[in-house]
Amino acid sequence: MSINGKAYIAGVYEHPTRKAVDKSLAQLHAESALGALADAGLSKNDVDGYFCAGDVPGLGALSMIDYMGLNLRHIDTTESGGSSYLMHVGHAAEAIALGKCSVALITLAGRPRAEGMATGTAPRNYGSSSPDVAFEFPFGPTVVNMYAMCAMRHMHEYGTTSEQLAWIKVAASHHAQHNEHAMLRNVVTVEEVVSSPMISDPLHRLDCCVISDGGGAIIVTSPEIAKSLKRPLVKVLGVGEAPKGQMGGKVDLTYSGARFSGATAFEEGKVKPSDMKYASIYDSFTITVLIQLEDLGFCEKGKGGAFVSDGNLIAGTGKLPFNTDGGGLCNNHPANRGGLTKVVEAVRQLRGEAHPAVQVANCDLALAHGTGGSLGTRHGASTVIMERE
Amino acid sequence: MSVKQRIFPTPESDPDTEAFWAAAKTGKLMIGSCKSCGEKHYYPRGMCPHCGSSDVGLVQSSGKGQIYSYSVLRRVDPPYAIAYVTLDDGPTMMTNIIEADLDALSIGQKVELKFSPTADEDGAPVPTFKPA
Repeated sequence: MSINGKAYIAGVYEHPTRKAVDKSLAQLHAESALGALADAGLSKNDVDGYFCAGDVPGLGALSMIDYMGLNLRHIDTTESGGSSYLMHVGHAAEAIALGKCSVALITLAGRPRAEGMATGTAPRNYGSSSPDVAFEFPFGPTVVNMYAMCAMRHMHEYGTTSEQLAWIKVAASHHAQHNEHAMLRNVVTVEEVVSSPMISDPLHRLDCCVISDGGGAIIVTSPEIAKSLKRPLVKVLGVGEAPKGQMGGKVDLTYSGARFSGATAFEEGKVKPSDMKYASIYDSFTITVLIQLEDLGFCEKGKGGAFVSDGNLIAGTGKLPFNTDGGGLCNNHPANRGGLTKVVEAVRQLRGEAHPAVQVANCDLALAHGTGGSLGTRHGASTVIMERE
Repeated sequence: MSVKQRIFPTPESDPDTEAFWAAAKTGKLMIGSCKSCGEKHYYPRGMCPHCGSSDVGLVQSSGKGQIYSYSVLRRVDPPYAIAYVTLDDGPTMMTNIIEADLDALSIGQKVELKFSPTADEDGAPVPTFKPA
């Protein structure tokens, strides 16, 4: 059994705010939900399945369901950090294929800027009952130094350079200049990236994503409902998800769960990496993109540095246009979880609704990939492959 | 050479790990060992993450190893070097590199165990490493 062709992405929305001092968290979720429903041409009373992760306020999904007044027959609160929302697309497709719901709503929102959160450089403590905390938290693991260790090891094993990583940011900035909502719209050069302040060796400030408030939502429906609407048809072809951790002390920082989630999604979609016209790749840091591109099969392991260089990820000139909204590196990283917006920009590309300056010609196949948690400790990986019908 | 040393938070012990932290107080670094499959693991826990057996115990590590990867976080005061160290006994563990020139660390560098005291004087120390 497969979900290939059993569900469609009928609506997407990216909240335009990047600093939401005047909005509550629940409000951001609700406004995102209404935005995606309007995009699809549906109303909130059409929703019969709700999917959310740990960024919602309240106990699981219950407070947001009550806030929005949803009448549901299916709920899924799969929590896997920034990869959650791509898993939700897969789980929604599974639920729809089994008849458990027909209009699935996925929301994400957060306000780390308004709340003054030190997202990257303050150690995160998931609570003393988390079995790894006593063995890690005393040593000061932060978001940035964990990914930095992945970059350091990749450089050691494969000769990857800071200049190669910088090309990923350069490509994102070329795209962000066209996005009026992007936090960082200035086009940057390799030299500017590598001369920006060192945050955690070898990652510079411009190797890091933005910290932004905001949110987004996705509507996944049955084929019948999608075909009754007036929007271009975006079919879910294949999904994959995989966890990866420290493997009991057999730590290997050179690859991610994308190796497994990608293979599963490509097999289900009956397509291959070279078929993809566009890719949304989670970009918490430049190194995140490079490792995932290798693991997804866009290039050989260890060759990511060469693959991303010389503008190969820039729309119009490169072989693999990526993150044409500017991605987390330049546009938006709502709630410190960039997975949902990866699907949003892929859907824009498939519909032909990306900014004309970055729209990929004849974009009929696209991939979105997310990582949640940390590549340096334990993370979830999720891949969604979509086709314009 | 960084002279200022960060203050380590005191780890909380639980029934799963109290033997590990009790040994740490006596200067011993213990690693998990499976009596069923013979594999070592880190961090120590109540089941073997390799074969699934609950017949696990602790064995003492030599405390010698090499840096698998590291990063110096520069944007805090004082800067510090987080690292994964691969023990000669097998497992790779998260730690800090102390008593070192933070600008002269390298992957593959040989290091040795030196426990560091933590914020709570009565609490357990944490296993850190210094250049060998």
